[in-house]
Amino acid sequence: MTYATVIGGTRHVFASLRELLAKASPERSGDQLAGLAAEGPVERLAARIALADLPLRAFLEQDVMGVEGDEVTALIFARHDPGAFAPVAALTVGEFRDWLLSPAADERALAALRWGLTPEMVAAVSKLMRIQDLVAVASKVKVVTRFRNTLGLPGRMATRNQPNHPTDDSRGILASAVDGLLLGTGDAVIGVNPATDTVEDYIRIVSLLEELRLTLDIPTQHCCLGHVGVALEAMGQGAPVDLVFQSIAGTQQANTGFGLDLALLHEAREAALALNRAPAGANVMYFETGQGAALSAGAHHGMDQQTLEARAYAVAREFDPLLVNSVVGFIGPEYLYNGRQILRAGLEDHFCGKLLGLPMGVDVCYTNHADADQEDMDSLLITLVAAGVNFVITVPGADDIMLNYQSLSAHDAVFVRETLRRPPAPEFEDWLVGMGVMDCGGRTSDGAALVERLRGVPMLAAAQ
Amino acid sequence: MSPRALSERLRAMTEARVMLGRAGGGMPTRAVLDFALDHARAREAVWSEMDLPALRAALAGYPLAEVVSAAGDRETHVRRPDLGRQLAAGTRLALPPSDLVIVVADGLSAMAVDAHAAQVVHALQALRETAAPVVLARQARVALGDQIAARAGARAVVVLIGERPGLSAADSLGAYVTWAPEPGLPDSRRNCLSNIRSGGLDPQEAAHRIAALLAQMAREGTSGVGLKREPPLPGQSARALPGGAER
Repeated sequence: MTYATVIGGTRHVFASLRELLAKASPERSGDQLAGLAAEGPVERLAARIALADLPLRAFLEQDVMGVEGDEVTALIFARHDPGAFAPVAALTVGEFRDWLLSPAADERALAALRWGLTPEMVAAVSKLMRIQDLVAVASKVKVVTRFRNTLGLPGRMATRNQPNHPTDDSRGILASAVDGLLLGTGDAVIGVNPATDTVEDYIRIVSLLEELRLTLDIPTQHCCLGHVGVALEAMGQGAPVDLVFQSIAGTQQANTGFGLDLALLHEAREAALALNRAPAGANVMYFETGQGAALSAGAHHGMDQQTLEARAYAVAREFDPLLVNSVVGFIGPEYLYNGRQILRAGLEDHFCGKLLGLPMGVDVCYTNHADADQEDMDSLLITLVAAGVNFVITVPGADDIMLNYQSLSAHDAVFVRETLRRPPAPEFEDWLVGMGVMDCGGRTSDGAALVERLRGVPMLAAAQ
Repeated sequence: MSPRALSERLRAMTEARVMLGRAGGGMPTRAVLDFALDHARAREAVWSEMDLPALRAALAGYPLAEVVSAAGDRETHVRRPDLGRQLAAGTRLALPPSDLVIVVADGLSAMAVDAHAAQVVHALQALRETAAPVVLARQARVALGDQIAARAGARAVVVLIGERPGLSAADSLGAYVTWAPEPGLPDSRRNCLSNIRSGGLDPQEAAHRIAALLAQMAREGTSGVGLKREPPLPGQSARALPGGAER
């Protein structure tokens, strides 16, 4: 089936739904690298006009990616709920955008719609939306998750405290974690990307974070972001694992490249639930994704990177996660070239994840070979807060000395609390007040009680 | 412990930018400017070009050739890693027969190449009986070395390449060693030494480790994940997502 638009006497033809989605995508280096992007702004608009007239149900009538036996595609079709889809079943993609912006699409209606939508549908409608639209609709979606605290409540924003160290040195990890706590970050998770990949190091890292949590009685959860297979072995050895982490992508082939399939993720989730480390019904999984991940593995099957990113969210929601974040600017300028592309992609990812029912966060970040800087991150952070982002990532001084890229600083969390008036998770907020990190009016303070409590951390005491 | 003592203790425990203090919700002026300067240096390193006259002079004692990738210029190189892995159309390469080719590639920091590549090459050549040919490659990714080695008929290739700069080090050199190189090899077939710079892995020590790797590869007839008792690969992204490395 082909799709076409006539503009000024020129007929623009798109040979497949896959091509239509790719050419309707905003300009970005990854789609250009893959040879999928529109030739210019007019062809891009021709694709968007054709896409606006496409019935939403077209995404149910055909397999857009068209790869026989792909388990992500099979999952998407198996989980589609026709009853939930009914309210929008008669709409075109363009009419769906208008409906999403209307008062009819309120918090309740959007929650009821989640399993009626496929990733391809939300990716398609996002391509017709401006940044303002992406913010307006996402801000109407509430996704609340729980472990030792409650994340995603309206009017709040959480942070992941990311105390990475180039050699996973315990003292180095501890120093960065404490730096973040003193500035009030870590309610989403205290989560370390390990530089090493052994089970021993994984267990050492989660044990270190567990000791810190218990000593300071922090109402939060921790995570070592090693491979799911390592997490399974560590759990088998009795390690204190709060959350199981995995990087995921939107095609089976890309996930194979990450060394996983859906069955392995199910196994890991069951193992984490069986540890009973949080109240019943808790969310125990943490996923990261990023536009360009499938293309970099040569596993994109002619699909644009933003639609594939939304397909990764179909994988994520199967496992009822506590946290999901796009690492938007981390993947590199060959996928998102500059601050403008990173800003738009971060908001698309947040929007698509939220519509599909995920507790979306974003790693507001960039690498040194991208044409971006901390001012672009300010813009993305402020816009994401307006959109109701569940959490962002912070590192000391915005400089991740292990992954060699720039994210946000814990200072940015202070800015969000004080200027944008978004406090952290309520349980964590109470703890911060008790520790003197925050006063009752939400102002950041010197953390006198926390400094006192840090005497009880052996590694700090031992250094005296 | 006093806040000041805690602050000093935490700073002593890590190179990370901990305990910067704050100005309201923001970082203090000095911390902001320090960060901006480090970023400016890293950006300059990414967009720098190799100092060819200096490298030619430093490496004049070995058979020397120069190539450019199909990326042609810096911006294309950053945007199109696929082109950085191919030789420019019409490239002619005349090298003497050798078991090993050493490729000096700008990657994502020509500054790193200018600073450390010649030292590593000298140290590596000193460990050999005959000098290996050296190829200076501009707008180059790691896999360009496979094409060069295949053309030269070499059994192994060492690619010394500028790594993606971080804020703390913009002049860090990586060494990728591949046995039986041919176009289309996966990255899992390479062994990598990372962080060759002052304050990191010393160039002499790096050369010794590269020579040891080459000897092991010759014995086992392979490289990369297939190599026995493989040392850890600090250069590989610890985040499973790709992270736009020099590869």
